[in-house]
Amino acid sequence: MDGGGAGAGVGGSEGELTAQETALYDRQIRVWGVDAQKRLSKSHVLVCGMNGTTIEFCKNIVLAGVGSLSLMDDHVVTEDDLNANFLIPPDESIYGGRSRAEVCCESLVDFNPMVRVSVEKGDPSLIDGEFLDKFDIVVLSRASLKTKLFINENCRKRSKHIAFYTIDCKDSCGEIFVDLQKHSYVQKKPGGSTEQQELTYPSLQEAISVPWSNLPKKTSKLYFAMRVLEDYELSEGRSPGETTLSDIHAVLARRKDMCDKMSLNESRIPTTLVERLLAAGKKEHPPVCAILGGILGQEVIKSISCKGDPVKNFFYFDVADGKGVIEDIPPPPAN
Amino acid sequence: MAAATAAASSEEAVKAAKVLMVGAGGIGCELLKTLALSGFSDIHIIDLDTIEVSNLNRQFLFRQSHVGQSKAKVARDAVLKFRPNINITPYHANVKDSNFNVDFFKQFNVVLNGLDNLDARRHVNRLCLAAEVPLVESGTTGFLGQVTVHVKGKTECYECQPKPVPKSYPVCTITSTPSKFVHCIVWAKDLLFAKLFGDKNQGNDLNVHSKDDSSSKTDVFERSVDEDLEQYAQRIYDHVFGYNIEVALDNKETWKNRRKPNPIYIKDALPEDAVQQNGRSRDHMNEEQDPSAMVSLGLRNSQEIWSLAENSRVFLEALKLFFEKREKEIGSLIFDKDDQLAVEFVTAAANIRASSFGIPLHSLFEAKGVAGNIVHAVATTNAIIAGLIVIEAIKVLKGDYQDYRMTYCLEHPARKMLLMPVEPFEPSKSCYVCSETPVVLEVNTKTTKLREVIEKVIKSKLGMNLPLIMVGATLVFEDGEDLEEDEIANYALNLEKVLAELPAPVLNGTTLTVEDFHQELKCSINIKHRDEFDEEKEPDGMVLAGWSGPVDKQITSNGENRSVPSSSNTEDVDGTAEDISAKPGMKRKLNEILEAKENFDALENPSDVGSSSAQVVEDDDDDELVMFDEDPRQSKKKRLQ
Ligand SMILES: [Zn+2]
Repeated sequence: MDGGGAGAGVGGSEGELTAQETALYDRQIRVWGVDAQKRLSKSHVLVCGMNGTTIEFCKNIVLAGVGSLSLMDDHVVTEDDLNANFLIPPDESIYGGRSRAEVCCESLVDFNPMVRVSVEKGDPSLIDGEFLDKFDIVVLSRASLKTKLFINENCRKRSKHIAFYTIDCKDSCGEIFVDLQKHSYVQKKPGGSTEQQELTYPSLQEAISVPWSNLPKKTSKLYFAMRVLEDYELSEGRSPGETTLSDIHAVLARRKDMCDKMSLNESRIPTTLVERLLAAGKKEHPPVCAILGGILGQEVIKSISCKGDPVKNFFYFDVADGKGVIEDIPPPPAN
Repeated sequence: MAAATAAASSEEAVKAAKVLMVGAGGIGCELLKTLALSGFSDIHIIDLDTIEVSNLNRQFLFRQSHVGQSKAKVARDAVLKFRPNINITPYHANVKDSNFNVDFFKQFNVVLNGLDNLDARRHVNRLCLAAEVPLVESGTTGFLGQVTVHVKGKTECYECQPKPVPKSYPVCTITSTPSKFVHCIVWAKDLLFAKLFGDKNQGNDLNVHSKDDSSSKTDVFERSVDEDLEQYAQRIYDHVFGYNIEVALDNKETWKNRRKPNPIYIKDALPEDAVQQNGRSRDHMNEEQDPSAMVSLGLRNSQEIWSLAENSRVFLEALKLFFEKREKEIGSLIFDKDDQLAVEFVTAAANIRASSFGIPLHSLFEAKGVAGNIVHAVATTNAIIAGLIVIEAIKVLKGDYQDYRMTYCLEHPARKMLLMPVEPFEPSKSCYVCSETPVVLEVNTKTTKLREVIEKVIKSKLGMNLPLIMVGATLVFEDGEDLEEDEIANYALNLEKVLAELPAPVLNGTTLTVEDFHQELKCSINIKHRDEFDEEKEPDGMVLAGWSGPVDKQITSNGENRSVPSSSNTEDVDGTAEDISAKPGMKRKLNEILEAKENFDALENPSDVGSSSAQVVEDDDDDELVMFDEDPRQSKKKRLQ
């Protein structure tokens, strides 16, 4: 049980980047500037749930030069884990009997000697509030709705600002959720000037409690479909991805219930889409992992550097139409 | 070649595919990884480059210990670690090598480009057209990127839209009237640096005003045998930043509507004692280190903007270091962005010149970006783009041509989208590459030599490597290895002849046939004679019609501004995002905007890191996309077509 590496300062003495950092990060400093690079090198990131999508994210932020990255996933590596994962060598003598976090950590360490990558043992659903204070960013993947809500609430209760993200890939579809609570950042204006902006995010609980009839007509169908599936898995006590095509009738019934309750036309959640999500199970499509992990990497860099418009508060990608869409789901009305 | 049957499942199509990747850099590393994970098992990869330290922040298959090794080979080894049973064939070579010919390309089901330069992209485009192999093309800059699909006969080719050619500046802007920092950099790098340290036999447009032009014929840049180095350095300083500016000021006409520059002499820039002391701390310099003016002057931070005095010290010190430590190289140096001392010299010289002309100064870090034409790059965008390439490649293999998309990765969401798919266009009927449409060249046939047409148009604009030129049935020029001696002599003679005096005269109305056998590309050039050309606007002295497309003009007239789609004014005018693909005008212009950005960013915008200052808006009158320049002084609408 190793700490998140608070204070694992890798930058030069107070403030300045070392010559080594300037040489390594040259091209990206040209994109986001020195200040952002300094902030990155002081930030601590926790990722719970190692899979093809989160390893893409981990690779991106290790390369970008965060201060530290902690991985939490005690599950022992199985052959299924190899599918979309380039951090696990397909050799049982290497991964056999070891946790996903351990094996992934071992590979990630090599990506950037200036970033401290470590393993956190434990169960994400039991994470307590104080533990979270070690981190600036918490990313959850393939967690049950219960765990997502639990950790999201815990992040919000801390006096320290902790950004919370979930990321999930279901074969050709993907979803990212973002909760930055209150986030101030520098927005670039056309013409080169900048302006200070502040955004207020709803919690995950608030966002998914919005009556569907309140949402704009063009809201992505994936948003609704994912809520149906999540709701079904929660009530059936299933782990994410355990619901399959054999559950199609029950899931479609749940769709009807939810649509009736919230006055949404059922056709807004096409059966074919529900079928695709169920058929996906735990399968991840590597190109989609790369896209989601890239978008999340960018979002985390924006959040740490307080530069650039962050996603508020859902992002969807679907190979079927090729769109990467942002949905701004507001908190429910006060009364 | 592409997909056998449309019904084939993705898995089968992927497993059976043989793919060629060109480029193992930023996009290439991500692409090779994603292809391998996606089940591709026969991948060939070409890359000429070796690994550098500044690659390691995003080219994640490479480690410090690989610096100096072949990208293609190291990438292969790295991927085999997690997918040991697939075939990856690396080529540490230039894709333009003649063994990568049409037959070579024909063996692949799809070609995937992860290239960093226009020249190679155009070359691959032509080979793919000739071999009839589909091409998935890509590019990124900072947070922006795009993926496009090019299938002969179905979608436009990579060159259906005119591509902005590398920027060139009118000579007089560089030598006399700079208005942007980039002009000062070009002056410092291509003129002053080249004059002092480069090949003395090369032509150089640096204005050299000799003090007493009648008597002295000696080159002021020449250091006489007994001249003290410190004195020489100060003399050069005073000459280029002081005296030359004074001479230029004499030309009153030039400054009528311009801010006048201030001459700067070393005695003004540096107090006398400092001049004496310049470089004193050099004793502390480690002999093993490469000579550096920053080190000997104790300047540590390359991000900070030096004062005029500091720039002046760096200038003198760098100049002296070249003569003291690297004298052997003088006369043959070519500017290299990885040569620290050269970057220091160019930064200082550009900044001193910028001070003269009232242009804001820049840090060495920024100046290096401009001088080295460094492309901004991050891992995340490359990863996203690689994912999109694989998605398109699978569609191509399955033959789902109705589903092909061009996808843009945006920094600011447009219509809620960060990833915006757009339907591809049909091949352009006026494309000289994929259709047989002739191009028109306006040129003064009485004064322009064949050599100039070959260099400025056929090689640089039409992108041919080894052209063969016919006038009617007469062969006037041919490039290649297996030529007879008398042919070589004959062609050498023709090169120096003006068009009208070639063995088969080229006059108004003549058609030239130009052919490149390697690229299997043939193209006709219709000649239109014109007497006069505007030196500022048409510095080449000739104009290829339809060539310097709207993108080029936009950027040129609007130098400091970027052309990036931005959300702020892109309100949903008419509903759903799908509508984008229903508006050919909009699609076309988006494409241009992104192309423009990709190619000009680094050069145009050294200081304005990662921001956007131009935006796309919808015009109320029609569906035309117009761009507004945000600067109110020049707020003209510029239509892109
Ligand atoms: Zn074409």
